[in-house]
Amino acid sequence: MTAAVQEAPAPGPVKAGGRVRNPWIGFLLRRLAGLAGVLVALVAVTFLMVQLIPGDPARALAGTDATGAQVARFRHELGLDRPLPAQFGSYVSGLLHGDLGTSFQTREPVADVIAGRLPFTAELALLAILLVLAVAVPLGMAVAVATRGGRRRRLDAAFTFATGLLGATPEYVLGTLLVLVFAITLRLLPAAGASSLSALVLPVVAVALPSTCVLARIVRRETAVVLNQDYMRTARGRRLPPLALYARHALPNLLTSTLTMGGLMLTAMLGGTIIVESVFAWPGLGGRVVQAITNRDYPVIQGTVLVLGILAALLNLLIDVLLGLLDPRTLTARSRS
Amino acid sequence: MTLPAEKAPAAGPAAGKLVAEHVTVVFGHGRRAHTVLDDVGLTVPEGTTVGLVGESGSGKSTLAKAMVGLVRPRSGRILLDGAEVSGLRGARLTAARRRIQLISQDPNSSLDPRMRIGRALAEAIDPRRADPRAHADQIAAGLEMVALEPDAARRHPHEFSGGQRQRIAIARALVARPEVVVADEITSALDCSVQAEVLNLLARLRAELRLTMLFISHDLAVVRHVSDSVAVMHRGAIVERGDIYAAPSHPYTRRLLASAPSLPPKETR
Amino acid sequence: MIRSSRGLAAGLAGLGLIAVLAVAAPLVWGGDAAHLSGAAREGVSGEHWLGTDALGRDVLARTLVATRLTLVMTVIATAIAGTIGVLLGTAVWVAGPRVREIGLRLIDVMVSYPAIILALAVAAILGAGTVAAVVAIGVAWSPAFARLTANLAASVAGRDFVSAARLLGVPPHRILVRHLLPNIAEPLLVLLSVAFAGTLTALSGLSFIGLGVQAPSYDWGALLNTGLDALYTNPAEALGPAVAITLTGVLAGFVGDGLAAGADPHRVGIPGRVKKVPLPAAPPEDDGALLTVDGLCVSAGDVDLVDGVSFTVRPGEIVGVVGESGSGKSLTAMAVARLLPDTVTADARALRLDDLDLLAGAAPDRLATEIGVVYQDPAASFNPALRIGGQLTEVLRRHRGLGRRAARERAAEALDAVRITRPEARLRQHPHELSGGMRQRAMIASALLTGPRLLIADEPTTALDVTVQAEILELLREANRRDGTAMLFISHDIGVIASLCHRVLVMYAGRIVEELPVADLAAGRARHPYTRALLDATPRLDTDGDGGAELTTIPGRPPAPADRPAGCAFASRCALVMPRCTEERPAAVAVGTDHRAACHAVALTVEETAS
Repeated sequence: MTAAVQEAPAPGPVKAGGRVRNPWIGFLLRRLAGLAGVLVALVAVTFLMVQLIPGDPARALAGTDATGAQVARFRHELGLDRPLPAQFGSYVSGLLHGDLGTSFQTREPVADVIAGRLPFTAELALLAILLVLAVAVPLGMAVAVATRGGRRRRLDAAFTFATGLLGATPEYVLGTLLVLVFAITLRLLPAAGASSLSALVLPVVAVALPSTCVLARIVRRETAVVLNQDYMRTARGRRLPPLALYARHALPNLLTSTLTMGGLMLTAMLGGTIIVESVFAWPGLGGRVVQAITNRDYPVIQGTVLVLGILAALLNLLIDVLLGLLDPRTLTARSRS
Repeated sequence: MTLPAEKAPAAGPAAGKLVAEHVTVVFGHGRRAHTVLDDVGLTVPEGTTVGLVGESGSGKSTLAKAMVGLVRPRSGRILLDGAEVSGLRGARLTAARRRIQLISQDPNSSLDPRMRIGRALAEAIDPRRADPRAHADQIAAGLEMVALEPDAARRHPHEFSGGQRQRIAIARALVARPEVVVADEITSALDCSVQAEVLNLLARLRAELRLTMLFISHDLAVVRHVSDSVAVMHRGAIVERGDIYAAPSHPYTRRLLASAPSLPPKETR
Repeated sequence: MIRSSRGLAAGLAGLGLIAVLAVAAPLVWGGDAAHLSGAAREGVSGEHWLGTDALGRDVLARTLVATRLTLVMTVIATAIAGTIGVLLGTAVWVAGPRVREIGLRLIDVMVSYPAIILALAVAAILGAGTVAAVVAIGVAWSPAFARLTANLAASVAGRDFVSAARLLGVPPHRILVRHLLPNIAEPLLVLLSVAFAGTLTALSGLSFIGLGVQAPSYDWGALLNTGLDALYTNPAEALGPAVAITLTGVLAGFVGDGLAAGADPHRVGIPGRVKKVPLPAAPPEDDGALLTVDGLCVSAGDVDLVDGVSFTVRPGEIVGVVGESGSGKSLTAMAVARLLPDTVTADARALRLDDLDLLAGAAPDRLATEIGVVYQDPAASFNPALRIGGQLTEVLRRHRGLGRRAARERAAEALDAVRITRPEARLRQHPHELSGGMRQRAMIASALLTGPRLLIADEPTTALDVTVQAEILELLREANRRDGTAMLFISHDIGVIASLCHRVLVMYAGRIVEELPVADLAAGRARHPYTRALLDATPRLDTDGDGGAELTTIPGRPPAPADRPAGCAFASRCALVMPRCTEERPAAVAVGTDHRAACHAVALTVEETAS
């Protein structure tokens, strides 16, 4: 705070016709550089995970009743007796060859473990995200339009209450309740497993419903803001029918602000997915990583955290690309904040 | 109204109280670099008001910020009483800054919404402790200077109108006993009749306190009303100074004057 | 300022009760929760309201007792997140610009990662357990606080009062404590309540999947886990902790919503009831007026913002409306354009554009093509997401039935007519690629595209520089000369009005106080005291010498719409005030051709001259 120099105010309006470069080039270059940085950070974090175990990692991993000789052998097997840079080097070179290590517990290659489980997690998460977007955006918009300028107080109150309640219900609680109602009481849908298409319904709903409510509230608020903008008055001045007014003029703008704010929520749904898998005995990464943490099976934990991290990074990139398509101004902005 | 004698600049080489010398300000780096001020020179003689007119993006607000030390010039110097203030740091910068006060444009942003007026003025008097009780007399005097009641000290900014808030901002700048005041578009957010109040106040303070002031505005008539001499800024450079109203020489000044709509006469009978 | 609301109060009260429960429950029900009744996995009964668990312990008692551990964990995790986050965010902001840039980027990346993944990593390092879970979730939530703190601090630091404090020599740490923290406290409180709900959910989730609290300790998440196993035998065992987690989360949500609503600048205003004004007894007389406005009232609730305004605009005439902020001039224009915001309602005895009744229901084709509108802020009035071409052509395509190509050709011609270079290329650009002046010219092109009979311009030059303003005024004059387009031109600047318009309406406090031909204004024949005070208060370029000459000020302020007096609204500020002025609202009296003033003092002099 010592420096007196203030950040430059935005330079004057962008001079028309002065553009020489496609903004997508700079955008993609920056985002790819960012992605590379994130990858490096993820690799470093997963590598350090073992090093950061309090006390002597080898002793902690070998178990409390291991003898000194056993611990020493374990340490050597894991390479923990080598200097840190050498350990890191072999970890990275292993990753580059697609070698994520071998599970302590099952002796399976971690890459195979993840390859067998990732599709289930990805299926669940992606379906849930699509469901959230498909429901929350029209719902939030419709409520915002219906309650604009303080109309329909009851609908407003009902929407606020219902989304507040469901949005605050954790995915795993909702999952448990869904099982209770639809699987045990009504016997409509299977309670667990991934054997049939119908088994997908409850987990997807459990993951999607709370986020749908939260996003619908965001959409509703952003729509209310957009409806009050001057350009919406301009559009009304052109006396467009409601569909053109809302779909053409309001939607792109509110999607921009909604994605800016709701994008974080979409990546956070990965986390919800991981926990919900436990409710439904879903054969995804979630159940496996929990098992690995309980058993201190580090190669599996490292591999899973790395893969989940990459998944989140790709999701973030996808959201940024979507934002760029919706509003070219975000291409030159530095970040989504 | 007769013009006071101090209108004529004092003789000598360091004639200006506040002087900008070859000031260049660049924002951004590399390919995005953007020269906002290009070799600007401006002198504000002691006891006079210099008006600075220009349109948006001309760099006049940046010059104001550079003058008070909120923006660091890439090259050139700002001199106060002949001593450079632009390169100072730390305690000496703080000391120099109190001698030049800035009053800014937006009445909604110029006062801390959470702070009572009394405390805001106390902060201007004693920046460390900011105790309104210790300086009650000075605060009351400051408020009286801008024609506000002493009990205004107990209120929050949102209880005042835009014009009143600008007057409080003027009081805050003046109780710090600055040697120079830089006023950046202080009336442009105000309605015409409220603007008149603030302009009259400034006229009175100039006469009573022999204020040295740099008055910045986009409004030619307002600048003319307030200032002893006027400089015109265009695209980061001062294109003309002196008697721009009677005999404009630069084409941009002429265009500016021609563009200003002229007002109907006050009244005839 | 935080405004209290029912939701906020309910949320705080509920959370307070739960906190009391957290203290009391282990003391009261601690015994029941540990007591092995011998009746394992029993259903709901009078003795065990939620049944018993696998070891025969009372589920309700265990749920209540678990409140303490759950709440303590949640509070500590939230505190960790808040403390680390605020410190980090402040540090990033206090650091120099370079460090700040890098720090903000890092925080951005961390925020965009699901907290649970970070929590898994921390749990893996520290092993499963209560402390590990609390630390993991606390750390995982801290980037959110760091980002909010840094962003808020940056936005507050950019405000003028912070620069003012710096210039006054206030030391940096005092600026932080005195100005920054108080001004960012509210959003941080909102985030705190959101984070409370979030950490509760996440901590319970970790316990639920077996990575949090380990037996024999238990929290709601661990209870839900055992309840899941018993779902087929005693569903109530899962219901207890499920309800507890959800209820606490909902209450925290109420608190967050309440706080956010109190601090939200976007809060929608409270709309008024629709006001019934009796319909006109007889059509008002007019001779060939294009626009007839008679007795227009615009109101928000019971308050009239525009209070009985009547005027006409003749074909080919430019009528200016001048007034200060709050005079109702823009609302009058928008009422005529039928573009009032949702929060206000308009009514009038008559509102007609030639034969088109503007009070009646929709005639969208005619409204869209016969009235053109130019707005104040050209930057905000174009849709930022759509290209110029699409926005300009939609009226032609929708209401004139033109094809895409024909509409684009017309739009390009219109841009050319307002002297925009390379019109074809502009159509493919987004609004932000044009300068402010060019955007306003494009807006004028858009408004003139359909050859409207009336152009309504609401402060179209206020946001523009004086040289650009001159160009815009010239364009409007040209359109008026060329096409005979009538205009209703709104401005606060009496000089602009005088240079453009044929006839001038002066508005004050929602009423028209004077109506005069521009020739009378130019000849100094304005009669109403307000009009004359307005002229006297404006600094002039032509007559004033250098500085000093006292401007006339108008004492006091215009009355707020709800406080307008029964008499003349200007009476309390008027130099010519008479007793009659405060009692009786002055009617407009003719003082010349097309020249009327609503003033008792003027009326008196008129009578004297006549007699």
